[in-house]
This record gives sequence, C-alpha cells and structure tokens, in this order.
Amino acid sequence: MAEVTLRNVGKRYDDVVAVSNINLDIPNHEFVVLVGPSGCGKSTTLRMIAGLEEISDGEISIGGEVVNDLPPKDRDIAMVFQNYALYPHMTVAENMSFGLKLRKFPKTEIKQRVDNAARILDITELLGRRPKQLSGGQRQRVAMGRAIVRNPKVFLFDEPLSNLDAKLRVQMRTEIKRVHQKVKTTTVYVTHDQVEAMTLADRVVVMNNGKIEQIGTPNDLYHHPKTRFVASFIGSPGMNLIPAKLESNGSGLNIRLSEKLSFHIPESRAARYRAHTGKDVLFGLRPEHLTETRGSENGVGQEFPVTLDVVEPMGMETMVFFKVDGTEVCGRVEPTAAKKSGEEMQLRANLDHMHLIDPATNVVL
Amino acid sequence: MADIVQSWMPTELPETEKAPAKKSGLRRLMRRHSTTAVLMCLPLIVIVAGLIIYPAFYSIYLSMLNKSQTHFIGLSNFNFLLSRDTFWMVVEQSAIFALSAVFFKALIGLITAHLVNNLPAKGQRKWRGMLLVPWVIPLALSTLGWWWLFDPTYSAINFILSGLGFEKIAWLSTPYWARFSVILVNVWYGAPFFLIMYLAALKSVPEQLYEAASIDGATAWQKFRHITLPMMHNIIAITVLFSLIVTFANFDVVQIMTAGGPRNMTHVFATYSFLLGIRSGDLPLGAATSLFMFPILAIAAVFILRGVRKRGREIG
Repeated sequence: MAEVTLRNVGKRYDDVVAVSNINLDIPNHEFVVLVGPSGCGKSTTLRMIAGLEEISDGEISIGGEVVNDLPPKDRDIAMVFQNYALYPHMTVAENMSFGLKLRKFPKTEIKQRVDNAARILDITELLGRRPKQLSGGQRQRVAMGRAIVRNPKVFLFDEPLSNLDAKLRVQMRTEIKRVHQKVKTTTVYVTHDQVEAMTLADRVVVMNNGKIEQIGTPNDLYHHPKTRFVASFIGSPGMNLIPAKLESNGSGLNIRLSEKLSFHIPESRAARYRAHTGKDVLFGLRPEHLTETRGSENGVGQEFPVTLDVVEPMGMETMVFFKVDGTEVCGRVEPTAAKKSGEEMQLRANLDHMHLIDPATNVVL
Repeated sequence: MADIVQSWMPTELPETEKAPAKKSGLRRLMRRHSTTAVLMCLPLIVIVAGLIIYPAFYSIYLSMLNKSQTHFIGLSNFNFLLSRDTFWMVVEQSAIFALSAVFFKALIGLITAHLVNNLPAKGQRKWRGMLLVPWVIPLALSTLGWWWLFDPTYSAINFILSGLGFEKIAWLSTPYWARFSVILVNVWYGAPFFLIMYLAALKSVPEQLYEAASIDGATAWQKFRHITLPMMHNIIAITVLFSLIVTFANFDVVQIMTAGGPRNMTHVFATYSFLLGIRSGDLPLGAATSLFMFPILAIAAVFILRGVRKRGREIG
C-alpha cells in the first residue's frame, strides 16, 4: 500500500494533447475516482499510472518512488480492465495465480492467497472453471480476485462495471466498496458514471478536455461545484442552468430569469454576488431545490407558478419539467403533489442552495 | 432468439389449414431449413462425389486387381509393396519430407508473423504482400526456377559458393543434398501460408490480455509462451494438419526437381505411385501405393481435430 502522486503529468500523441497538467496527491488507503465524459483523458491518466502509456510530461510516483521509466511489472500495481481481460485458456484459479507464479511465489502461498481472495469475493466454487463458463458479474469478480491476490501497492480500475447490466452494476459497486473497506489498498478508479463516482469515492477528480476541473469529496462537488462543467456533470438529473440577470433591489439583490419571473436573493448570499450586479449570469439550482409548496423545508423559499411540460413519475418522487424563457427546467416533487402535464402548478425554489455562474469564464461565482 | 420465434408461431395449425397442408407435402419439405441447406450444398456435394469419393473408391477397387486389370488379386499388391525395401524408403522419406517441411514452415511462419505484426502499420501491407509472393506464383513455375538455381554448373547458388571459396555442390544428384533441396523448396513455397494464418491469429489476440500480462509481471517471452501460444494453439493445430496433408501428398516439387532420384532417395508417396502407376504402367500397384497415405493422415487428423475441438469448447 502506498500513496500516489502525479506532478504536472501530461500526455501528447503527436500534436494532440490528451492530458495536460495533472496534479494529484492520493494518500495511502484512499479511494479516488476519476470521472468525466468520454475522451476527457481519465483512462489515459490511469494507464499512465499503470505504465501502459508513456508519460510525455511530468512525474508520477508510487510510494515515494518515481516510476516514470519503470515498466508496469515493476510498479507493483494491479489493474482491473473494462472487459476483464481474463486469460481465456486458464481456469479461474490459474488466472488469479498467474502473476504470483511469474513472480515465483511458493506454491503453498499462492494457493493460500488464491483461496483467501476467492473467499473474500465469494468465488470459491468457480476456481476450476474457465472464463467462458462464467457470467459477466462472475468474470468481474475474478478480475478483482486477480488484483487482490497480488496484494499490490495500488489498485487501478478502468471502467470495470461498464459491461454489466444496471442491476448487477449496483451490486458490484457495493462489492467493490466492501472489498476496499476490507483490504484498504490505495485505489484509483476510472468511470464516466457520476453515480458510481459519488457512491464509491473518498475523493472524486472531475476531468474534462484532458484537465482536472475539480477535486473534492462527493458532497463537496455536489454542493460546492467550482465550474459550470462540474455543476452540470455531477448530479442526476443535472443542475438546472438558466440564463438570468443580476439586479439591484434597494439594499438587496434580485435574480431575473424572465420578464415575469424573478427571485429575491437571500441575504446570506447577496454579499457574495453584489459585485456582479447588472451582469448576465447563469442561475443554477438543483431539481431537489425546486419542490412543491406544501410542507417542504418549513416554508423556506420563494413560490412561483409554472405550466408543466412533462411529468415523469419515478415512484418515490416525480420529476416535473417546465420552461423558463425557453430553457427547460426540472423540479422534484412529491408524487401526490404533482399535477398533470399541461396543468399549472405552484412550485417553491429554495435559493439557499443556488449558484451563479459567470457565462464568460464558466466559473461559479 | 429461439423463444421469440416460438412465441409468434402457432404451435398447432387450425383444423381447416391442416388438410391442404397435407396435400402439398412437397411444398412443406421445401420450406424446411434443412432442405434448403441440402439444396444449397448440392453443387459442392456433386463435385466432391464426382472428383473425390468416386475416384477414392475406384482406386480401392483398382488396387486389388492385377497389373493388366484382368483378375481380382485381393491384397497381393499391398503385400508386394510391404516386402519391397524401396517402398519402406518411400515411407521414410515421405515422413521426413512432410514432418520437417511442416515444422520449418510453421516455425518460419510464426517468426515472420511476429516480425510483420510488430512492424509499424504503414509498412506492414507492403511486407505482407512481398512475403506472400512464393505462395502466389504457380508452384510448377517457381519450382523450375529453383531447379535452375540448384543446377550444378550454371546456377547462382553454386556461383556464390565458389565465389566464397567453397566447393560446388551437386544439389540434386547427391542423395542427402537432394532431400534437403526438395524440403527447402517446399518450405519456401509453404511458409507464407503459415505467415498469413498466424498473422491473422496474432491480430485476433486482444491487446488487453498483453496489458494484463504486463501488469502481472510477464516478460516478452513469458507473454509469448503463456498468452500468444495458447491463444494460437488451435490455429497452429489446424494449419499444421492442413499442411501435413498437403505436404504428405506433395507431387510437383519432387517430380519437377528430382523425379524421385537419385536412387529413389527423394520419392514421396505421390511421385512413387506416379512412377509405378503411370510411368511403369502398373495402375493397380500405383493405386495401392497412394492408398497407404490414407490411414496415416486419417490418424493424424483424428488426433489433431480432437485437440482442436476440446480447446475450442474451453476457450470459446
């Protein structure tokens, strides 16, 4: 087990910059998730840590040792691939013990480690089978088993759950978290699924266009995004972003979303935004802060009427969609309070959780 | 897929539709998938039956006749062959010829496939094309070319040898050099087939297996030994079997280069049966000789294909 450090790490393919200026400190035992859309450079970053891609700039160290020029086998890492990459001609036990055999571990220890990992992952009865005879979830477990037996300094996961169906994905997510709590190995995990990132990570690294947008705990990213990208990427459904204008209203501030609709900005936030009075901004509010009027949050917030466009019942809650000056906005209401599409409904916006984003710089104000 | 089909197909036809259906039995037969399959394979079945199955049975019949094909003599031709030293030499030479040629073809094919696979993508097609040339040129013509190259007096090989200060070699008239030469030409001709098959197999091994092996700590040799070879096992077995059959039954290289000489040392089954059957006019004895190939190849095929099926089931 060890800490992982990335200093100004970059990767170029000829003239194309895939990743640039990545700075990341991962302390021992931490579970870090790199998340971002396809092509944002998260997998490239992981593969550079693994040694499967050469580094164009910067320095990567594992356990205090710079590993830039070390081949993967000397970095003491284990990796779980998206399509598992199990050796099809070997049994589960042989797959798991292959790395140990190459490292010339004694047979008794290999058996002990394989049995132990199989017990942790509940795959003991599969040890004699070949990958072809396993289901997707079982293959995933074996791939994790192959990583666990090595007892490496760092676990690397490259979108390990992408090939599983939705239900199994949730199951395996819990499994991965459980395994990490047990073995506590420093883990770097890559995914494009922000729910996976939020549920698994101690800290999440949001990447976009080959750069880090923000690093923080899942709660931090959710409640205090620093950029427009993070605000819209984290959370499902995403944060509502509505073009608006910041107006002065005597001693207070108003945010005007349309000719008819404007909100009074709470005192606690007004001071922060005062310098931007008169500017065009993006008003950000998560769907759960646009709710029905009755009973919610002891009456905090400002009420306004909307005409519902689309109503999506989800069971425990109902999503209501409406338009504000042409921009689609989503609210989350109690199923019993929801009206039908085309009907008018009174909603309440809790502006204590609002964000304002400068559309020129895409930075949260 | 199957259950979808079942769900919309009525399990039993209504009574009214059953009666006319019985009458048009032919139409129903035509509608069956197996009938269509047989019809589509029919041209091939006719060709195989006419050119392979009929001659095969005819040669069995022929092998049991006397030289003038007037009497049935049972297994006498076979007994005669088994008592001849020349025949046993042909068996030995056929085995040496086929096994060593296939071994070197496979080895050279494997090595060149690796080399070509590791070339940058840009130049790869060019090399692939050039390396296929021996396999593309009509064998009779290229063998004539080699025959010239091996000519003791005027040939390029001996010219180079003497230029380097070595003695000239009578390639095709010294028994062991003649054996070496026919094997060499067969390897030269057949290796590109292995190259192209192995190159395709190499490209089908998922890159991530090598990456996983790198992380597991495998060296280049260990990756080859533990990943590439097992993943190519089936294609190696099939190509070896296929080539073993073709090489064992080879005719043109030996016939053109040495015609079995010197002293019958380079004869293989095909050339020897040609010599006995066509040149010497004893068709039944020639047929008997050629039939010896069948059991030997059948046994090899059974063993190799059994391994292929087993691995196919395991790896999938």
